[in-house]
Amino acid sequence: MDGAAENGPVPLYRDEAVVLRTQKLGEADRIVTLLTRRHGRVRAVAKGVRRTGSRFGARVEPFTQVDLQLHEGRSLDTVTQAETIAPYGERIASDYGRYTAGTAVLETAERLTAEEREPSLRLYLLVVAALRSLAEGEHTPTLVLDAFILRALAIAGYEPSLDGCARCGEPGPHRYFAVAAGGLVCAEHRPGGAATASPPAVALLNALLTGDWTVADVAADGTQREASGLVAAYLQWHIERGLRSLRLVER
Amino acid sequence: MYEGAVQDLIDELGRLPGVGPKSAQRIAFYLLAADPVDVRRLVTALTEVKDKVRFCTVCGNVSEEDMCRVCRDPRRDLSVICVVEEPKDVVAIEKTREFRGRYHVLGGAISPIDGVGPDDLRIRELMARLADGDVTELILATDPNLEGEATATYLARLVKPLGLRVTRLASGLPVGGDLEYADEVTLGRAFEGRRAIDI
Repeated sequence: MDGAAENGPVPLYRDEAVVLRTQKLGEADRIVTLLTRRHGRVRAVAKGVRRTGSRFGARVEPFTQVDLQLHEGRSLDTVTQAETIAPYGERIASDYGRYTAGTAVLETAERLTAEEREPSLRLYLLVVAALRSLAEGEHTPTLVLDAFILRALAIAGYEPSLDGCARCGEPGPHRYFAVAAGGLVCAEHRPGGAATASPPAVALLNALLTGDWTVADVAADGTQREASGLVAAYLQWHIERGLRSLRLVER
Repeated sequence: MYEGAVQDLIDELGRLPGVGPKSAQRIAFYLLAADPVDVRRLVTALTEVKDKVRFCTVCGNVSEEDMCRVCRDPRRDLSVICVVEEPKDVVAIEKTREFRGRYHVLGGAISPIDGVGPDDLRIRELMARLADGDVTELILATDPNLEGEATATYLARLVKPLGLRVTRLASGLPVGGDLEYADEVTLGRAFEGRRAIDI
């Protein structure tokens, strides 16, 4: 086995990570799914964290940004040390709307990293930014979630076309949103079943994708709901299997 | 692969939580070599637990009758309800002998990532109990982890219009531990919840 030889390199590595998900394992352990800064998505065992006296129990809870030392294993790594960088979890869980939106952020991030150990620095930074924004309550939680989904999809290569027609490129504004075509389409290339998108909703989607919060923060409730519906449909199309947490997001 | 009955037993044991294929094999061969009386006792215990045990109609705890032992006990304080996630949490709190009220078992915690929402827990039943008007305090004793905290936040917001006293179990330093090993979140909570020493 690599690194097992005497005096050979110890298979330990250190990285920053956001905890995406935890699952119970055996009596007192947990498997934690991490999105790391340099190693992409990693699954690791955190031993004994469910005991009340655990040294790093609270540090490997979802939403926490941690500095970790991991021991490389055959299928799962093991967490050997953990230091908190930012405990976003506490402030997110203290508000139900933030919690449900935040969970959908984590599940989206997990689903968009198809392969384990494939580095995705941009997604990591985006997740951290979304969690920080949720924890600080800067914007409406659902807007943060929609902005995150749009930008995460853009990083994954699925940026929706929100200006020109997704089929022919004819400059907009266009009124029809076709999920399968990749965004807004002109009247001529409108496929059957394409949704209509109101001009304010299109403006909101653009603002969310580019980070123009002065526009996004003042969007009417109805516009926000319409945009959320389009974002959800677009996400579901690209990740195939539905996102479980999306249906429970408090709107 | 073993023949018939032995393999069936290994397969069934392997479906239990925390039992892998090797452990299943070890348990199966232990049972094969064990005294038939011991095995029969195990069989009886298994069938009885399925036949006799139900869930308490009031609090959702495991019980052998319509109502569990705690809910039947007339000496328990009717004005306080302690909300927990699982029946095993009831046992843990009962061991402290500190609590004289009654319980409400939710059957889990809100965890959207696992597809568990408020409607999947016994929250409607809790609201029905609170509507009776006997209860003056609700203690939220869900686990001190993220899902438990979020569930407590949700419940606190839900029952706020009822005007009850809603409390959350304290978080802090474990008795018998060293301060330097406490994580930041726990130590922060311990500071937040510090109390004056009366001498």
